Amino acid sequence: MHEYVRLDGVTKKFGDFVAVNNVTLSINQGEIFCLLGGSGCGKTTLLRMLAGFDAPTSGSIFIDGQDMAGIPAYERPANMMFQSYALFPHMTAWKNIAFGLEQEKLSRAEIGKRVGAILDIVKMTPYAQRKPHQLSGGQRQRIALARSLVKRPKLLLLDEPLGALDKKLREQTQFELLGIQESLGVTFIVVTHDQEEAMTLATRIGVMNRGEIVQVGTPPDIYEFPSSRFVADFIGSVNMFEGRLIEDEPDHVRIRSDELGAHVYVDHGISAAPGATVWTAIRPEKINIARERPASEDNLVHGIVKEIAYMGDMSMYLVQIDSGRMMRVTRPNIVRQSEDRISWDEAVWLSWHSSSAIVLTQ
Amino acid sequence: MRSRVVSTSALLIGFSFLYIPILSMVVFSFNNSRLVTVWDAQNSPTLKWYYELFSNEQILGAAWLSIRIAAMTASIAVVLGTLAGLVLARFGPFKGRTLLSGMTTAPLVMPEVITGLSMLLLFISMEQLLGWPKGRGVLTITIAHVTFAMAYVTVIVQSQLAGFDDSLEEAAMDLGARPAKVFFRITLPLILPAIASGWLLSFTLSWDDLVISQFVAGPGSSTLPMVIFSKMRLGVSPDVNALATILVLFVAMGVVGGSLWMHRLEKRRARESQLAASDL
Amino acid sequence: MSNDRHYPALSARLASGRVGPLWALLFRLAPPRWSEYVLTHWTGKKLVIAMPYLWLLLFFLVPFLIVFKISFSEARIAMPPYAPLLEWAGNQVVAIKLNMGNYAFLLTDDLYATSYLYSVRVAAISALLCLLIGYPMAYAIARSTPTWRSVFLLLVILPFWTSFLLRVYAWIGLLKSNGVINNVLMALGVIDTPITMMQTDFAVYIGIVYSYLPFMILPLYANLEKHDQTLVEAAADLGARPLKTFLRVTLPLSFPGIVAGVLLVFIPAVGEYVIPSLLGRADQLMIGRVLADEFFSNRDWPVASAVAICMLILLVAPIMVFQRIQSRELEARR
Repeated sequence: MHEYVRLDGVTKKFGDFVAVNNVTLSINQGEIFCLLGGSGCGKTTLLRMLAGFDAPTSGSIFIDGQDMAGIPAYERPANMMFQSYALFPHMTAWKNIAFGLEQEKLSRAEIGKRVGAILDIVKMTPYAQRKPHQLSGGQRQRIALARSLVKRPKLLLLDEPLGALDKKLREQTQFELLGIQESLGVTFIVVTHDQEEAMTLATRIGVMNRGEIVQVGTPPDIYEFPSSRFVADFIGSVNMFEGRLIEDEPDHVRIRSDELGAHVYVDHGISAAPGATVWTAIRPEKINIARERPASEDNLVHGIVKEIAYMGDMSMYLVQIDSGRMMRVTRPNIVRQSEDRISWDEAVWLSWHSSSAIVLTQ
Repeated sequence: MRSRVVSTSALLIGFSFLYIPILSMVVFSFNNSRLVTVWDAQNSPTLKWYYELFSNEQILGAAWLSIRIAAMTASIAVVLGTLAGLVLARFGPFKGRTLLSGMTTAPLVMPEVITGLSMLLLFISMEQLLGWPKGRGVLTITIAHVTFAMAYVTVIVQSQLAGFDDSLEEAAMDLGARPAKVFFRITLPLILPAIASGWLLSFTLSWDDLVISQFVAGPGSSTLPMVIFSKMRLGVSPDVNALATILVLFVAMGVVGGSLWMHRLEKRRARESQLAASDL
Repeated sequence: MSNDRHYPALSARLASGRVGPLWALLFRLAPPRWSEYVLTHWTGKKLVIAMPYLWLLLFFLVPFLIVFKISFSEARIAMPPYAPLLEWAGNQVVAIKLNMGNYAFLLTDDLYATSYLYSVRVAAISALLCLLIGYPMAYAIARSTPTWRSVFLLLVILPFWTSFLLRVYAWIGLLKSNGVINNVLMALGVIDTPITMMQTDFAVYIGIVYSYLPFMILPLYANLEKHDQTLVEAAADLGARPLKTFLRVTLPLSFPGIVAGVLLVFIPAVGEYVIPSLLGRADQLMIGRVLADEFFSNRDWPVASAVAICMLILLVAPIMVFQRIQSRELEARR
């Protein structure tokens, strides 16, 4: 794998506010890398520095081995698709797409050929002569994508590319985007706050918080093996309990948690001192809910069902456990109707497999 | 229901207040009597004041001078004001930005006597120190008018630019256009309506200005408002009514025509947007 | 070709094609130091900032400094009719004659103080009258249908595009003793003898309100039009009657518009010169007229300058408030 983009200790300050703090990152050619984080976490600032609209306060950015310091946006080998799409309102779709090629001083025939080809790829040929205000949101998104791709950049920066689309269109477009990326072999860097979008698109995700990259990994890595409480809490939904390490063996650990009112048994060792404070995180879909007490000593709590939320594909139970805390449990609705469904105010036992709990030390 | 009555009467009273004086001027421009406000029913309506107006060399000459000054003022003010608006709306923070923004808003409200006095004293000092501008006349009037007219253009351009997403310019840069090209291909077409209305406004401001011109004008450079003002101080004369009528007619035609055209454009735009929604 | 040797960084830029052809040409032709300087320091951005900046500095800021300077000098019969501040006092000594006499003079003769007070009063009352007439109009326009809205706005702006002087002139015809209003009233039998309306405060108020009304209506309209109609609906939903809704929701929200409109009328009206000279009293002058008289009739430039500086000091606070509102308005549109 060939490294295409490298960020070396990149920091950006606006006055006293540190928007991006000492980010070091390496992105390979052909990757779809998602920068995921809440609003104000610095992900868009990072993208704008890659595009050349903002200069880093310190640190350096390399694209294809070349230092980008002092190189203006119009000379960088990257193109950007803006969150607002930024389509020029006074030009037709065709003119918008041709704009970038005109800057390269290509011949009229060559421009025509390439604009036509990219319009085919995004399936917008019939709308070429329309102006942006005559296009729907989805159509504008396609034109914006075509405009940024037509220059055949090696690196495409996408700022919340699907943010303005409704859910159905978003799902459909996600897969089209993947198809286009694969066929053109472009490196994508996508900024998004939508974890579902990041999960579907990304080969790797960088989770950002307060200007720092807190974890980089593949989508399953990030979801199943979060490295911190922030990531565990930010991605998906989680039940988190503070506890103390009471048994620490190479093949297992045992954690006593007063918040949970039970012991947690995990079937792998961790690197922490005995007696240290740790957190266990258990995903709602990994918890079993039953009326009968399962035959197990660890990873077992008793509680009462307080709320049930029916969500179609699954149901979520909010269970008050004996320690007083609430736990979330989700169960898929495998059958359409069931007489024997667990109901409000029923006493239940919650249990989980010894490999399911995530142990976090920070 | 009651609020409807209140609104309607507010508009009715307000617009009567605004238009009755203008209408009375139009009506009396066709009056035969020299006593401007006494209607001479026997010999009216008449066009004699119009004939008199068009044979008055002094008024015609002053009008032509005013038109020339206004056109020059508008053209220079539009360039400077557009640059200032661009700088304030797009260039981000830089040293001295506050001063620039202050210097572009203060002329909007500055009493004209102060502007006129300070301008004249500047021109006199410059003539003493540099020998330029030689005396006062069309050049000094134009410079003074440009200075306050460009403030209006700046505000118009700045507010229009503020309404546009700056990612449009960034997108153009990202696609390989250099800053100058970005300005001419993207920014300028977008603010063209603002520039056009800035030009018209500057023209009117210059055409209409009396006080500042009085300070900075020299012998032989009397603008139309200056001529009218001196006529008015001597007493009202009916050919001024005729002049006002022509002006009102002219402006009304221009403004109404312009807005009908804008209205048509807007309607077309709305229709086209509907089209987009229909084939979703 | 010697430039290549002098400036390796520059030739690298040229070789990489990152320099436009015109620059490349200039680089070949120009003396070495200059082209390097141009490429590295003299960017277009600075030029764009410099043009309007220099214009305004020279023709807007510097004139005030000159007025300020002259306000401290002594009047004399010469051209220009004032003594320089710096004078060679012989033996290479520069004497700065800072003369506070003009300001002291303004204080001793109560013509000036009364004129200032009168001007402020006239401007304040006119601004208030404009608000009373303009607010209901702006409100009604903002609440009408889009088509009517543009027609009404047009009607508000239209008089503004016709000549200001001629609009004042129109009022002379209406207000004169043998003018239209008196003629109509007498024909109707309401009055027997003409009412004197010219050369009164009333005429000045009419003239100022008439000329400045669009400046009140437009900012008010711009503010009222932006209001979210659901706010009014929410207030009604929470049980507020229309009048209460207006007083508690609409009026407070339109406050910036009110302030902008009032200042836009008040500040220029304080220095108004044309309207009071044509319609106003002869026994009580407004300060703009006093300034013009000092300058043109008495040819006392230092005193005229001092009058201008005092007027500016009076108006600095309102001007700064206006400036603040203006820039906040522009920021909010982003």
